[in-house]
Amino acid sequence: MHKYHKKSRILNKRVALLITMIIAAVYLVGIFIWGCCIGEDSYAVNFGNKFLPPSAEHWFGTDNLGRDMFFRSIKGLSLSMVIGVISVAISSVIAIVMGILSAVFGGWVDKVVNWAVDLCMGLPHLVLLILISFMLGKGVFGITIAAAVTHWPSMTRMIRQEVLQVRNSQYVQAAYKMGRSRWQVAIKHIIPHILPVYFIGVTLLFPHCIMHESAVTFLGFGLPREMPAIGVILAEAMTHIVTGKWWLAVFPGIMLLIAVIFFDLIGEGLKNLLNPHTGNE
Amino acid sequence: MQLTGKDICFRYKTKSPWILKDVSLSIESGERVGVVGPSGYGKSTLARILSGYEKPVSGEVKLDGKDLPGKGYCPVQLIYQHPELSVNPRLKMGDILHEAWTPDKELLDRMGIEKKWFTRWPTELSGGELQRFCIARVLAPQTRFLICDEITTMLDAITQAQIWHLLLEECEKRNLGMMIITHNKSLAERVCTRVIELPELNNVERADV
Repeated sequence: MHKYHKKSRILNKRVALLITMIIAAVYLVGIFIWGCCIGEDSYAVNFGNKFLPPSAEHWFGTDNLGRDMFFRSIKGLSLSMVIGVISVAISSVIAIVMGILSAVFGGWVDKVVNWAVDLCMGLPHLVLLILISFMLGKGVFGITIAAAVTHWPSMTRMIRQEVLQVRNSQYVQAAYKMGRSRWQVAIKHIIPHILPVYFIGVTLLFPHCIMHESAVTFLGFGLPREMPAIGVILAEAMTHIVTGKWWLAVFPGIMLLIAVIFFDLIGEGLKNLLNPHTGNE
Repeated sequence: MQLTGKDICFRYKTKSPWILKDVSLSIESGERVGVVGPSGYGKSTLARILSGYEKPVSGEVKLDGKDLPGKGYCPVQLIYQHPELSVNPRLKMGDILHEAWTPDKELLDRMGIEKKWFTRWPTELSGGELQRFCIARVLAPQTRFLICDEITTMLDAITQAQIWHLLLEECEKRNLGMMIITHNKSLAERVCTRVIELPELNNVERADV
C-alpha cells in the first residue's frame, strides 16, 4: 500500500490535525498514568483544611472533609478511564463479532443481530445502565459490565454496514474475478476498509462510556461513595454548591468535559485522516 | 474461442419479475458484438451474467463448452460503467493497476497512462484517466473476452474516441472477443462487427413493449 507513497508532500491540514490529536492524547494518557500513580495520601482526609477555596497549595480547593480536589479529580478521571477502556474493549469486540457475523452470514443471523440491536437501542440508555449496574451489585464490576454490554449496538450497525458495502463493492468483486483469493481480498481491501471504522468507533465510544459511568455514579447506582470518581465528586458537590462552594463542581466538571472533548477530537481527527476523500487533502 | 450464453433466465428474487428470459447468444474470438436496448432491459445484468459475476437462475454460460472458472483469473473480464466505483479509494493508482498483472511500458504508453499517476489517489484523476487504468488492469495475457458495460457513457466525445481507438487496437492485436453494451446505437454500429437488439432476443413480456 505504501509502495507509491511520497513522503515529501506534507500538507498543513494534516499536520494541524495530527498536532491536535497528539496534544489530546498526551493529556488523556498523562491523566491516566498520573492518576494511577497518585497514592491515597495526596487526597487524605484533613479536617484542618475544610472547604478551602482554590489556591496555590490546593489548585481545585478542598471539600467538606478537607480532601484535595485536584488529586481527587485526577484520580477519579483516571478511574473513569480505566472503566472506559475495559468496557469499550468488551463492547467493541462484541460489536465487531456481531457486525461481521451478521454481514457475512446474513439470513437469520442478521435478523437476530438486528433484533438485539433494536432492543438495546429501543430502551433508554441510562435506565438500562442503572438496571444492569444495580443487578450486578454496583461498584466497579457492576458499572463496567453495564457500560460494556450497552455500548455495542451503534457500532455493530456501523460495522455491519461497512462490511456489506465493501463486500458488494465493484472493486472487491472485480478483485475476485482478477484471481485474488478470499484471503488476499480480505487483507488488501476489506480489512483496510473496516479497521479505520473500528478505530474511530472505539475512540468515539470512550466519551460515551465515561459520561455514562459518571452519570450512573452521580445518580448513586455506580461506584461507591468512598471512591474518588468524578460522578461521586459531582454528586457530593451538589449538596455544597448552594452554600457557595463552586469549586467543588466546576473544576472536576471541566476536567471531565475536557477529557470527553479530547476523545471526540481524536475520533474526529482519525475519521478525517483515514477517510480516503479527506485524508489525502 | 467461443463464449456462449444458452437460454439464460434471470430474476433477482423468486417472486420478482423476470429480467432476462431464454436469452441465447454467442461471441467468437475477434468478434465485437454490440448489445443495445433501452435502459432497464437487462443489458447490464446480461453483462454481469456472461462475465460470471451473477449466476443465471436457469441456463448456462460456457467458455468453449466449459464453465467459467470459479477461482483464479477469469478469462472473461468486465469493464464497468463507473470507473470511480470500481477502484478501491484507499489504494494508490499503481496498486490498482497491478492488482492482477504488471503491464509493460509499451502498453501503458499506448493506453496513455503516465507513470506519474501511479502515486496518485483515485480521487485525483478524472473519469477518463481512471477508466484507462480499469481497462489496462484487465488486459492481462489470460484475458480472452472483454465485456464493456457502457464504458464510455460518462466521458466526453474526445476521450470516448481515444478509449475506443486504443481498446479496438488492442483487441485486434490479441484477437479478443468483445461484447459492447451501450444505448448509443451509432457507437455500436461504428465499433462492432455485429449488433444485437436485446429486446428482440429477450422473451420477457413487458407491459410497455
